[in-house]
Amino acid sequence: MSTIFILIIFAFVVALALLVLKADAGRDILVKIAAAVIAAGSIWTAVEFFRSGEDTVNIAMHSAESVISYAMLAIEVILALVVIFLGIKHKKYLASVLAAIQAPFTVWFELTKAHHIEVENNVSIDRLSIIMILIVGIVGSLITVYALGYMKDFQHHQGGPDRRPLFFFLMFTFLSAMFGLVVSNNLLWMFFFWEITTLCSFFLIGFTRTEEAVNNSFRQLVLNLIGGLSFLTGIIVLGSFYGTIELSTLVTLGVQGYGALMVVPTMFLALAGLTKAAQMPFHSWLLGAMVAPTPTSALLHSSTMVKAGVFLILKLAPCLGFNMAGIMVMLIGGITFLLASFAAISQSNGKRVLAYSTIANLGLIVICGGVGATGAVWAGIMLLIFHAITKSLMFLCVGTAEHQIGSRDIEDMDGLFGRLPRLASFMMIGIAGMFLAPLGMLISKWAAMTSFIDSGNFFLVAVICFGSAATAFYWTKWLGKLSAIVAARENIESGVNKEETFVHGALVAMEIVICLIFPFVSKIFVIPYIEGVWGVSNLAATLSSNNMIIMCVMLAVLLILILLFYGKTNKKIVPIYMAGANTGDNLTYMGSMQTEMTQSLRNWYMEKYFGEKKMNMLGLASTITILGVAFAIAIGTIITMMSVMGGGF
Amino acid sequence: MVKIIICVIAYLILAPVIGGLLAGIDRVISARMQGRHGPSVFQPFYDFFKLLEKEPITVNNVQDFYIACFLLFIVVTGFFFFAGMDLLLVIFTLSLASTFLIIAAFSSNSAYPQMGAERELLQMMAYEPMVLITAIGFYLYSGSFNVADIIHNSKMSFPYMIGIFAGFLFILTIKMRKSPFDLSMSHHAHQELVAGLKTEFSGKTLAMVEIAHWYENIFLLGFVFLFFANGTIAGTVIGIVVCLVTYFFETFIDNNFARMKWNVALNSSWLVAITLGMINIVVLYFM
Amino acid sequence: MSYVTKSPWVIHYDGSSCNGCDIEVLACLTPMYDVERFGIINTGNPKHADIFLVTGSVNEQNKAVVKQIYDQMPEPKVVVAIGICANNGGIFRECYNIMGGVDTVIPVDVYVPGCAARPEAIIDGVVKGLGVLAEKRAAMDNKSAAPAAAEPKAEENTETEGKEEA
Repeated sequence: MSTIFILIIFAFVVALALLVLKADAGRDILVKIAAAVIAAGSIWTAVEFFRSGEDTVNIAMHSAESVISYAMLAIEVILALVVIFLGIKHKKYLASVLAAIQAPFTVWFELTKAHHIEVENNVSIDRLSIIMILIVGIVGSLITVYALGYMKDFQHHQGGPDRRPLFFFLMFTFLSAMFGLVVSNNLLWMFFFWEITTLCSFFLIGFTRTEEAVNNSFRQLVLNLIGGLSFLTGIIVLGSFYGTIELSTLVTLGVQGYGALMVVPTMFLALAGLTKAAQMPFHSWLLGAMVAPTPTSALLHSSTMVKAGVFLILKLAPCLGFNMAGIMVMLIGGITFLLASFAAISQSNGKRVLAYSTIANLGLIVICGGVGATGAVWAGIMLLIFHAITKSLMFLCVGTAEHQIGSRDIEDMDGLFGRLPRLASFMMIGIAGMFLAPLGMLISKWAAMTSFIDSGNFFLVAVICFGSAATAFYWTKWLGKLSAIVAARENIESGVNKEETFVHGALVAMEIVICLIFPFVSKIFVIPYIEGVWGVSNLAATLSSNNMIIMCVMLAVLLILILLFYGKTNKKIVPIYMAGANTGDNLTYMGSMQTEMTQSLRNWYMEKYFGEKKMNMLGLASTITILGVAFAIAIGTIITMMSVMGGGF
Repeated sequence: MVKIIICVIAYLILAPVIGGLLAGIDRVISARMQGRHGPSVFQPFYDFFKLLEKEPITVNNVQDFYIACFLLFIVVTGFFFFAGMDLLLVIFTLSLASTFLIIAAFSSNSAYPQMGAERELLQMMAYEPMVLITAIGFYLYSGSFNVADIIHNSKMSFPYMIGIFAGFLFILTIKMRKSPFDLSMSHHAHQELVAGLKTEFSGKTLAMVEIAHWYENIFLLGFVFLFFANGTIAGTVIGIVVCLVTYFFETFIDNNFARMKWNVALNSSWLVAITLGMINIVVLYFM
Repeated sequence: MSYVTKSPWVIHYDGSSCNGCDIEVLACLTPMYDVERFGIINTGNPKHADIFLVTGSVNEQNKAVVKQIYDQMPEPKVVVAIGICANNGGIFRECYNIMGGVDTVIPVDVYVPGCAARPEAIIDGVVKGLGVLAEKRAAMDNKSAAPAAAEPKAEENTETEGKEEA
């Protein structure tokens, strides 16, 4: 079961190698090989896990453990110093202050308290970790392959010094950190990897070093350092008052019904999850992250960064539910889902629509964790899987479209079907996957809806009813734009890198295959995981098996229909109706005074209803209030605890 | 099982017949309300068969595929409904079908269909929350999403779901494409968007849209029926009578309102969903 | 029997005219005349229409539009020229930019005279057009049965209908 360590180390070694490797050809080969090895390694990890036949595989390292702990501590201190330095250099003092608070606390806690706390398992792997490893290993490494071609074009467009070695170093370090994060059971270890992902995305967002990029990268850093601080506080509270720093202990107590007792540390950890999952009021960092080259966005949105946040919240699910922590998470997730879905309607920048949709979907996963019931967690994990695949596909497609047509604006994707037919069909499949039956996201949303209704929380019921209506609106209008057959468009497909096409194709195939076999995914991964954590048996999937089979059959039928009949007609093709003034090319019409006018069609954005500013204001006001109230109570509770414990602190 | 098969086959065969007849009756009643004689009751069928006889033309090579999928999934929606399956499955299949219709309109890249498509999309956004709330209401009341279970629930759900019923009736005006909310495609003599969504559909393609509309109407009336079904003959009779009254009511509304702006459609239907729908849901929770 | 005669959908175009015939066409749609009795619906969309009602004469500006609307109607289709201007240019005949009647641009099947044409005459003209529509429909079947046959375009199926009644 040591494959996972090899994976972590391998990814990092590759990262280092890429940092020193300057030649294009060498990088191409190394990245492709490394991606293949990482993907294979993650699959092998899963195979090993299933061969062991256990629900949770704990890995003990005995003597090495304390060495690793100290090494992590040292790295953390160094990184904190780097952040302080960079903060001062760029006059972003808040980041420096946060790092300066965090580092001494970490050192203090680790050297004084943590020593006395016995940690049984630093590393343990369960099925949720395996799911995450597979997502990171396969989707993540596909993104690195995509980045090869993309960054070549990017360098070509941008000019300037070639900093691609740094870029690939960060990408692979990111993957390595994610592997570490999802298998850590010792919260201090997890915290270490947590902070590494924060820093990696900080450097990735600021990659272009423009003023906007630097500002946005610092915003990301500050918000996630707040989250990190909250994580650390959670660990300290847990260690000081409960005498443990193991995630599994916390979860077990939650399952045994002591969730309410553990509410304070759970709240702090959940807050960290919320920041990383870009929930309101912290969502602005994810929107700002768009300034980075597209592979970065794809990595952050789909398989790594934000998924770490929801991973933690889903892990904590047994401790949530109808206690203060759970209610806080549900409310914030609900508000975020609703308002982000609305805000997406008003956007015409493709990447911004994707960003809002990510925030909204993460909101949904967060709610699923917050509800804390088995059915909701099932839906949450399903959402996580489908979202990772579909969203990375969408980002990578938009990235390619941007390079080919010179714009990421949806309005400029008029006639994409004529210019880049393959890419447009991939995007259409991706969009359909985001909201339509019988594809993945809808299936999971359906399950989520059922579990919210069962949880008896009518706020959530209203949220999902209205939120999904808005979701359908903004996706369909984009889908419509792509499907439009505009006359006289030149096919420019040959300009697309073959790496990019390969990755698109692989992701589309994955999306469809996973949708077709999702009942098995549920049976092999999700159900046993939930049974294992909650200690129940014979758990049924949230969706009845009949419905799951119907969905699969519908998808199969649809695929067959598309393969057989799509794009075939024996009818006479005639010009479109333009009030009798079509000049014959379907693009221009005869205006007054016999002048030719060009027709242009625009989508609806309903700025007055769903304007971004309005939604953000509403979201910030409501979520900050919720957090304020919740943490006022939490801190009050800590003070009470401290006075009860007397000199315990 | 046999009962289900009979139900489904009856739906597949009878729905277009009854749907077409209802459309004919609608036209006759509308005519009478306007003080004229009006067409034959069978006029919708004449129109339908005429469309089949027209020259086959299209504006691109994908539109017909989308429309065929629209018809297919509308039929499948009704199939799921009358086979007594999950209401949410029914609703999601319906939105898949509607999406195909919208995409078909978009694919022509023509101005009037696109405007119609955007409006159709808006209407979808307007009615969807209330449709979902209706399904959730049935679930809370009868403990199951399955149409079969809801029908066999011995207590009629209508008295406990009056708010939801009123809300559903409200959005039914949008779904049945009646004034004041027939924004996306024109019926009768309205022509502000030419024919809106269906401007570029002609001949057989348009005939498919028509027949899909009949199927859809029948299955929507099935939804109305659910409020009254209680597994007895009396409940069934009441249900069918209410369906007919509802249909007449929609015709009445159609003839008495001018078309309104899209904001009215969105505002009012969301308001109805939040007030009537959600309050009723809360009541059902505490019952 | 062909269903085309039972469900004639019309599209209406008004060229160079005083709008008198235009108003009379719309009058047919009112409850007073109730053309829906014959299944007639004013579609306003050539792709849905079977009968093309043209009022007013054709000029240099609108001839392309008239032609295009006609071309966009799927077969079988019938053109009814309503009012004297549509028949031969009428009062505008001598104007510098007037082509003349509708038949200078597209083949006309039924001519309805009058200035302005009475609604009864218009309805009569449309009903007359139904006969032509049925013939064309039958011709379509024959053509598909024997594609080698020459294209019989019912160009000048001239019918003069509806005398001024006053």
